Amino acid sequence: MSKPNPRLIKMKEYTEKIREIAKRLLNDGIVDMVIGFRKGTLPMMNQPHIATCTDSADELMWDSNCGLNLANYVTDRKEKIGIVAKGCDSRNLVTHVIENKIKRDQLYIIGIPCSGMIDHHKITAMFDTDITSVKESGESITISGNDFSKKLIKQDVLCENCAACTHRNPVEYDELVADLVEEQTDVDPYESVTEIESMDAEEKWNYFEDLISPCIRCYACRNACPLCYCPTCFVDESTPQWVGKSQDPIDVRTFHLLRAFHCAGRCTDCGACERVCPMGIKIREFTKKLNKDCLELYGWEAGLSLDERPPLDTFKTDDPDEFIK
Amino acid sequence: MKLIKIDQQNWNTGIEKAKSAYRVFGPVKEKNDYEFKVLGTNEMPDLNFRNTRLSPKSIIYPQSQVMFTYSIDETKDDCRIMKEVENVTSPMAIIGVRPCDALSFPIVRRNFDTPEYQDTYWIKAYEATTFVGLACNSACDTCFCTSAGTGPFGEKGLDVLIIKDGDDFYTKIITPKGEAFAESAGWGKKEQTDITAKIKELKTAAEASVSSTVSTDKLKNKTILDLYDAPFWEEEAFACINCGTCTYVCPTCWCFDVQDETHGKSGIRMRNWDSCMFPLFTHHASGHNPRNNKHERVRQRFMHKLKYYVDKYDSGIQCVGCGRCIRLCPVNIDIRKICDKMNNFDTESCKCEATSS
Repeated sequence: MSKPNPRLIKMKEYTEKIREIAKRLLNDGIVDMVIGFRKGTLPMMNQPHIATCTDSADELMWDSNCGLNLANYVTDRKEKIGIVAKGCDSRNLVTHVIENKIKRDQLYIIGIPCSGMIDHHKITAMFDTDITSVKESGESITISGNDFSKKLIKQDVLCENCAACTHRNPVEYDELVADLVEEQTDVDPYESVTEIESMDAEEKWNYFEDLISPCIRCYACRNACPLCYCPTCFVDESTPQWVGKSQDPIDVRTFHLLRAFHCAGRCTDCGACERVCPMGIKIREFTKKLNKDCLELYGWEAGLSLDERPPLDTFKTDDPDEFIK
Repeated sequence: MKLIKIDQQNWNTGIEKAKSAYRVFGPVKEKNDYEFKVLGTNEMPDLNFRNTRLSPKSIIYPQSQVMFTYSIDETKDDCRIMKEVENVTSPMAIIGVRPCDALSFPIVRRNFDTPEYQDTYWIKAYEATTFVGLACNSACDTCFCTSAGTGPFGEKGLDVLIIKDGDDFYTKIITPKGEAFAESAGWGKKEQTDITAKIKELKTAAEASVSSTVSTDKLKNKTILDLYDAPFWEEEAFACINCGTCTYVCPTCWCFDVQDETHGKSGIRMRNWDSCMFPLFTHHASGHNPRNNKHERVRQRFMHKLKYYVDKYDSGIQCVGCGRCIRLCPVNIDIRKICDKMNNFDTESCKCEATSS
């Protein structure tokens, strides 16, 4: 009998460990609910799930299709919540705590050392027919349909943000489901930003116009983003109405640009916006530039510490710029 | 009904000829997916698509549509008078409409064309359009058209149905509109051929490829309030992020919002697709919102399609089984699962469960 693949066991172990922790937390009354993922009805589509009893805790699971950001589901909740969090989710939980959207002591963070999520848009586009199953086994992923089966290397089909992620381990947690993973160091998350920066103004304009041209203004990007918790988004304000509601390119552009700026210094590049876009728009091209600016100007990456406030809501008396003093 | 066989050559010349009488729309590959576009000279519909990302709904009912113009210049006589924009639609033909999407037009018509109210914008565009369908030789995993009142070879809502068999196009001319289109494509004089047996064979195979089914038989007999108060809504809605994807990609979602936009002294009154997933959809001027919570909005979408519509029109569900909302929902809310839950919902067993727990 061949030796079981260590990574295959790992995913299964993650699932078992999550269920075990969730049931313990619920039974001991430490939390009122555990938020995690359950298996979806389509390949590569898991669903955020709220477990309030041991039966529903048994639905919790983990694999490389848990790319949505669960911090989005705890905003302003009052209960005690157990939450499954990979690196980026944990950074958004930190951001939520700093921004008073949840209290740290309301949360029991079940930390997931993450090896990256697979890009369902990319994989779907690779095949002309339906994908009926996607199986992970170690470093490989087997994609099958009714009349084909193809093995891919997971690293080749990772979401772009995961491939260049430098915070795979949760930064804040109460318990881990597995040992920490090694962080990637030889990656450049801002490669495409550098490319766009080198374009002239007209090229940049055309690039972004083309980027957002398929937008149908469904707001999935905004609604999947844990940062977008405004009680009324600026595009939904009616008195006064800041932005038109039609498909006028000026309004579509205004939405994308303003949303990106609202996320400046807060975005963790979790990729939820891109993952959910029904039109496959690379929305992170906007937010990544602002992340790069925050890193270069302030040495700042969002959500790494509960003790530091983001640069755009901080004032320092030793600020090198004169105009602000 | 007339049945003719067209080869690739005749197909190409026919489509090209038809462009002189119609604005011809067809599926075109854009970036990673297919969209319906107006076909330019020598541009052919690309029939290698499974289905387009968005339905052809927007050809008849654009996402944003200007209805009136006005002036707010007090010095002018027509100040604050709404003037209807020119609303004349030249003949259009949509090539490659899948049978599921075709069924959406008679469904949506129930809303826009009633004895009491006729939506002139929708009706004029609809009446000017010839729907040339393309039968599906094999279904996607998310297709459940055979549970939704049609099928891969369904003809409802179509003027012509094309069945592709290798390089041949078997063409069923269903309505006088379809006949007129065939005439302008130069196919009118083609001899009727007996390909019925071959079509039947393809149809049977196509129907067998629909692997997904839902039950809708018990929806009508349920009491509205039982379903409305069913305990599963909150759990099923938990994952929902309340984006507009499901409603915007749905061929049968017809809701819109009316907006005035003024620039300087002149303005337009337009309508834009709206979505019952958005809190603003039901936000009253008083500030009250009758559907303030996420699960109430999710419930509304499914109750409308699978119960209110069923009760009001007694003509099946307001869904054609195209599966777009299933494929594109970012959080995997699956109408098949919800429909089964509604159809199988048993108030009595639910009460027992609640008592025993």
